[in-house]
Amino acid sequence: MSLLPERTDQSLIGRWWWTVDHVLLLGILALMVVGIILVTAAGTAVALRINLPDMHFIIKHLIYLIPSVSLMFLVSLCSPRMVWRLGSLFFMGVIFALILVPFIGPEIKGAQRWISLPGFSLQPSEFAKPAFAVVAAWLLARWKEDPRFKGPQYVAALYTLTLFLFLIQPDFGMSFVLTVMLAAMIVVVGLSLRYVLALLPLGAVMVAGAYSFFPHVRSRIDRFLTPESGDNYQVDKSLEAFRSGGLFGKGPGQGDVKLEIPDSHADFIFSVGAEEFGLIFIFLVIGLYVFILMRALKNLRECENLFSIICVSGILAMFALQAMIHMGSSLGVLPAKGMTLPFLSYGGSSLLAMSLAMGVVLALTRREPKQSVAKKGLTAWRKGS
Amino acid sequence: MKALDLRFRQQHVRVSENRDRALKVMHGRLVFFQVIACLGFAFMGLRATDLMVMQAEHTLFPAAEMLVHDEAMMEEQQADVVALTRRGDIVDRNGVILATSLKTDSLYVDPAEIIDKQKTAYELAKIFPEYTADELLEKLNLPRRFVWIKHGVTPKEQEAVLNIGEPALGYTQEDYRFYPQGALTSHLVGRINREAKGIMGLERGLDEYLASQKATEVSDGEAELRTTIDVRVQHILRREISNTIKEFQAKAGAGLVMDVDTGEILAAVSLPDFDPNNPPNPNAPEMFNRFSQGVYELGSSFKIFSTAAVLEFKKVGMGHRFDAREPITYGRFKIHDYHAEKRILTVPEVFMVSSNIGSAKMAEMVGTDNIKAFYRDLGLMDAPQFDLKEVSAPLVPNPWREINTLTTAYGHGIAISPLQLVRAAASIVNGGHLVTPRLVVTAPEDLEKTVRIVSEKTSRDMRALLRLAVTEGTGGASDVKGLLVGGKTGTAEKPSKDGRGYDRHRLLSSFLGVFPVDAPRYVVFIMVDEPKGQKHTFGYATGGWVGAPAVGRVIEAMAPMVGIKRRNTDDAHDIAAPLKRYVHFKEHDR
Repeated sequence: MSLLPERTDQSLIGRWWWTVDHVLLLGILALMVVGIILVTAAGTAVALRINLPDMHFIIKHLIYLIPSVSLMFLVSLCSPRMVWRLGSLFFMGVIFALILVPFIGPEIKGAQRWISLPGFSLQPSEFAKPAFAVVAAWLLARWKEDPRFKGPQYVAALYTLTLFLFLIQPDFGMSFVLTVMLAAMIVVVGLSLRYVLALLPLGAVMVAGAYSFFPHVRSRIDRFLTPESGDNYQVDKSLEAFRSGGLFGKGPGQGDVKLEIPDSHADFIFSVGAEEFGLIFIFLVIGLYVFILMRALKNLRECENLFSIICVSGILAMFALQAMIHMGSSLGVLPAKGMTLPFLSYGGSSLLAMSLAMGVVLALTRREPKQSVAKKGLTAWRKGS
Repeated sequence: MKALDLRFRQQHVRVSENRDRALKVMHGRLVFFQVIACLGFAFMGLRATDLMVMQAEHTLFPAAEMLVHDEAMMEEQQADVVALTRRGDIVDRNGVILATSLKTDSLYVDPAEIIDKQKTAYELAKIFPEYTADELLEKLNLPRRFVWIKHGVTPKEQEAVLNIGEPALGYTQEDYRFYPQGALTSHLVGRINREAKGIMGLERGLDEYLASQKATEVSDGEAELRTTIDVRVQHILRREISNTIKEFQAKAGAGLVMDVDTGEILAAVSLPDFDPNNPPNPNAPEMFNRFSQGVYELGSSFKIFSTAAVLEFKKVGMGHRFDAREPITYGRFKIHDYHAEKRILTVPEVFMVSSNIGSAKMAEMVGTDNIKAFYRDLGLMDAPQFDLKEVSAPLVPNPWREINTLTTAYGHGIAISPLQLVRAAASIVNGGHLVTPRLVVTAPEDLEKTVRIVSEKTSRDMRALLRLAVTEGTGGASDVKGLLVGGKTGTAEKPSKDGRGYDRHRLLSSFLGVFPVDAPRYVVFIMVDEPKGQKHTFGYATGGWVGAPAVGRVIEAMAPMVGIKRRNTDDAHDIAAPLKRYVHFKEHDR
């Protein structure tokens, strides 16, 4: 026990250790371990297919995990106030990067989404989502506390800007996630359900607009609705993988789907897992996601900080939605969309951004000392500053 | 910051009230969130269960089942090795192998699995000196999962490769198609491609049959395709054509030997040819089949048909006279005689001296409709049915004008393949029934002799005329004492390169021989493309000087092999003898 900080330790680390949600942290770390297993399973096949050294993706994934875990830990040290301050700065940086992308980003597979740095490519849109969640949550929380503050208007403006920057890349998946995330935050904020219902047609109009103006979106949706009309190679192969996996799977390394789908280590990692490790494993993975979500939401229900509740809700919505879209695509129940499975898929930006986001969740769900120590209300946690 | 703090404190009470109300709503909404997330993931779980249990390919233990499955597959593959032996052999009429399949091992590499590329390339280069280590290293570095190193590896090489100990190197068993006769039967037998698909000759024409023998063959000789070819005759024919090409510095040549009764082809040669074990580029000139695919204006040999037509349709007697004193002028055309007699000729004379004017007049007498129908019956107007796919449709005048009736009578203005000529000639001399050219041995009872082309009498008359053309006419050089050779020369001027008219110096010289002419057994045809006149032929390169001696040599050499004895013949027994009374002028210069 001497390794652990004392209860009375008032240092940054000491306080962190006694206030952070250990169970939630453990859940996230467990996901990361599962991610290592899956990237190891799929990565070799994919690497050999494109003539890279066999360990290429595995090693890179492990390397990415180091800054990711560190970042998550560092962010989870922050107080809510620090979170939104740093978050706002970070959001500005990300918006700047997003503006740069169309000018300096290389075109990969028909889209400009990346900024190349020496030895590393960043996808700013991955980082924009949690940053937007932080900024929007703060604006909405202030508005809730003081209705004179024009929070919603600012949020609308920032949303429009971010959405525009996503669409010129173009990146419809991210746009969709951003939109749903904002919707979740609005719902949690307590917008009257009547208004929520009124917003639904707006969403429908947006989807219809994407369908009619972007041929790429149209083709994806058409192929999903009428499978016989076009090429559904990836989804067909993915379904085959599920069917051949069975209850216990074919065994590690025995799967075929990773040889047949080009980006299986990222966009179809769920299928690789299903084929090699079986339904039991799939339940374990789904269970882990549900567990993390429920644990964090339970913490939120005990939390009394408006900003924390709104922000974490948004991040959790993003987390859940990405997982569901990935699973739904590979299970053939949603249109095929290359979306990473949080923490399980290979992908540096996605892993870093998710770690950052979960760092925020850990930071904002820490048990705040004011509840037990000094019932001084709003400013108790600001004493130190 | 201080000012901001102050304002916050002042608003504390109201903010606090707002906050509490908002918190209440939010906590409620969070439950809503929880429910939706649970439902969503539960749905994914259900769908996964549906796919992996309800629609599962295997039972619940695919790993165990795969083992069973793999074993079953291996057994199946082993069974395949036994059943799936090989493509059937092709043999000649006496059982000599023309094409056979040998099992060989072919070496490949999976570059992704290779452990030490440098070392492996170096070791392989030692085993296969035809490759350098650099070339091999290049192969080992290809971004693929399967690269051929070498086809047809010998057991010794295989052992050496195994000793490298590189697991990425593997073998597949392949059928290697071997042609023991090499170039001798190249155009007849043809060849297959890498995928074991016949792409030429019999390999192509009977591809399905040869490939289907895989399953039935159990190592006995039953699966061979017995052809009508006789490699001995084939060799004789090829040798003589080849020598003739050399002798006359010709461009190319072709020839056929056909059984007149059955249509069986004993030999067929197209020169230049190639070695099917090491074939040249598919578009190389050697790959062109001149005996059935090439069509040519063959010249005077066509007089066999125009003469037969006039005998058959008009029942003219041998004494019937045709005026060959003046060239025929027809519009802008003028028909000359090559060996101009400038007199009135009888039927045997026309044939013997090969008078174009006389033949044209014969055709004119028969009439366009009759002559066209006759040619059609003889199979000269359409592509023939043949076991090889290398056949061409003849070039027939279209529209057919009156002038074409005249020119085709001596073999100009219509281009046919040597195969068609031989078949039609065989059908006339064999007693008058149409034969089908065959390369596969057919049971005698399956041979049809139902389609009559000319009467027995016409057939007999034609044989006498053919004999006369040898004893007294242009084909004298083909005669072999005691074998009663009959035949007809053909010397055609090739169409000019500029496409206008004919070129007097570029000839297509041929000879069609029949023996023994009183009861014909075989037709032998040789055609030489662009022979050049030689000193010993006094500058001539006509069918009589080029084709006839070659056919004579073929007949002389093949007769003992096909069991035809020389007979003691004299003029009195010669079937051409009765015609001599119609012949008034003795031809001097053959």
